[in-house]
Amino acid sequence: MALFEPHNISRIDRSPGWIERIPGPYWALAILLLIMPSLASDFVLFQIFGWSFILGMIALSLMFLAGYGGMVSVAQMSVAGIAGYMVAIFGESAIDQISMGWPWFVAIPLGILIAAILATCVGWLAVRTEGIYTIMITLAIAAAFFYFCRQNYTVFNGFSGFNGVLPPELFGVDWRTAVPFYYLCLFWAALYFLVVLYVSRSPFGLALQGVRDNPRRMAALGYNVTAHRVAAYTAASIPAATGGILLTWQSAQISPGTISIGPAIDILVVAIVGGLRHPIGPFIGAFVYVLLKTFAVDFLTSLGLSGERFQLIIGLGFLVIVFWSPDGVLGLWEKFRNWQKRDPLRGQEGGIE
Amino acid sequence: MTPSTATESALELRNVSKSFGALAALSDITFSVRPGERRAVLGSNGAGKTTLFNCITGDFPPTSGNIRFFGEDVTDFAPYERIRRGLRRTYQISLLFAGLSVADNVYLACRGVSRGRFSFIRPRRNDVLLQSAEELMHTVRIDGVRDHLVSELSYGQQRQLEIAMALAGAPRFILFDEPAAGLSPTERAELVNILTGLPAHIGFIIIEHDMDVALRVSDYVTMMHNGRVFKEGKPAEIEEDEEVQSLYLGGAHG
Repeated sequence: MALFEPHNISRIDRSPGWIERIPGPYWALAILLLIMPSLASDFVLFQIFGWSFILGMIALSLMFLAGYGGMVSVAQMSVAGIAGYMVAIFGESAIDQISMGWPWFVAIPLGILIAAILATCVGWLAVRTEGIYTIMITLAIAAAFFYFCRQNYTVFNGFSGFNGVLPPELFGVDWRTAVPFYYLCLFWAALYFLVVLYVSRSPFGLALQGVRDNPRRMAALGYNVTAHRVAAYTAASIPAATGGILLTWQSAQISPGTISIGPAIDILVVAIVGGLRHPIGPFIGAFVYVLLKTFAVDFLTSLGLSGERFQLIIGLGFLVIVFWSPDGVLGLWEKFRNWQKRDPLRGQEGGIE
Repeated sequence: MTPSTATESALELRNVSKSFGALAALSDITFSVRPGERRAVLGSNGAGKTTLFNCITGDFPPTSGNIRFFGEDVTDFAPYERIRRGLRRTYQISLLFAGLSVADNVYLACRGVSRGRFSFIRPRRNDVLLQSAEELMHTVRIDGVRDHLVSELSYGQQRQLEIAMALAGAPRFILFDEPAAGLSPTERAELVNILTGLPAHIGFIIIEHDMDVALRVSDYVTMMHNGRVFKEGKPAEIEEDEEVQSLYLGGAHG
């Protein structure tokens, strides 16, 4: 130990300029995503990237809960859905007799607020359970919410839901055209990605990881473990709600089909396939999911097989990833890096991390 | 025994019992510790020492009886509420955050007993808590490994980290659960230095199998046997007590 080692420099914010600490690949990815509209077609921008960013945001909320908090919630799609529904109900849609037609700057914050309140209630119920029981209780909530929306016609317009839910024409831009929608989704996805990355090293984020690893010890350090877990549900609802609103705008409609059990579990699949250990994981998972979902039919028909079997391809794709790497695509990447680092003579893996 | 008033005792247990089903782990424990007093609790394996700690911190609340902390009845308090009032403990089995660095562990301990536990803002470089975390690491001499993950630490360093975390904030009373277990003679000597060097207003209870360590750092000793208080006295008295010696050695090594 050096005698003159300075004691007041922290690791948490020892910054030689935060810009210099951003790794090279992130720069390359950021530039590639920014110039994407000049490379890709409108279909790819709107359908592939737009949808990936949206699903990524909703799965990011699950990654925050599961990766940092150890709480696997299947109700994140319901949280996203309630925000979409609220924007349709408070704002404008083709269902005039229900939609109130309030301006976007009222409808959107209100939608996010109601989603946050709902998520807090879900969390308050779910944090009393651990592991598989958390999955069960959140799945039950997601199912209950789905059936409620499908059967309630006075507020949620039942089976058909709401169509004609369009983004506001802010700054004279039609945000549902491919390029503006791409940048809109990119902006929010990047923002929430960076926020989650930042929060993971904040007192709240560190404490959440502590609660995940050892709740009893956290209580013995003065933390109210239950309150911390519930607060994590509230915080995670914000990216999920934003994703839900964008999802509603993308398809211009929201109906019980958007929030049924299938999509709810798809979010779990997206997060796990991508990897729960880093906020980039959900976005990778969402990209893989959207690619498979979009092109599995074409792939099958090109092989001369019936396109109806596309679910089989999707399932096999996920099976392969999870089989080779329980940590998802992120885990595969780490394995590859370690394989590259291994000693060529002894075949042993070198420095990990 | 005379009923003590609020200011007289740091920690007071009255008829505390704890049973797990039919097994009575603690029966009718009554004792009080003055502020600043250093108390050793000795006893063979299964005498109920760690259960006693779990009752005091609220990890497992007692089946019956009362616990007062600086005059306040904390029997029904959640663990975190007791910790925020100045109670601390270390664990016999290491319950550290293995995936976090040493500095982060100590920082979490400092943050847990201060405000801003829910802050989404990263601490700034001159954050008061970061500095107190640095001082604590320096106190227990683990500042050399501050950036290492806990999983990379030696056993002795993990025990030192436990102590640093127990000292976070403004502790008034600390429960040490076998801090010397598994330490080398050098590390033991260092531990005794740290314990005897604590500020005089901080009292503690130490559970220790190493009689040498226990008797050197304490000014009063409680012997436990089968979940009961068996004998109390000054270290010298306990050391010379034949009944204690036969029981303790017989229990520990038999």
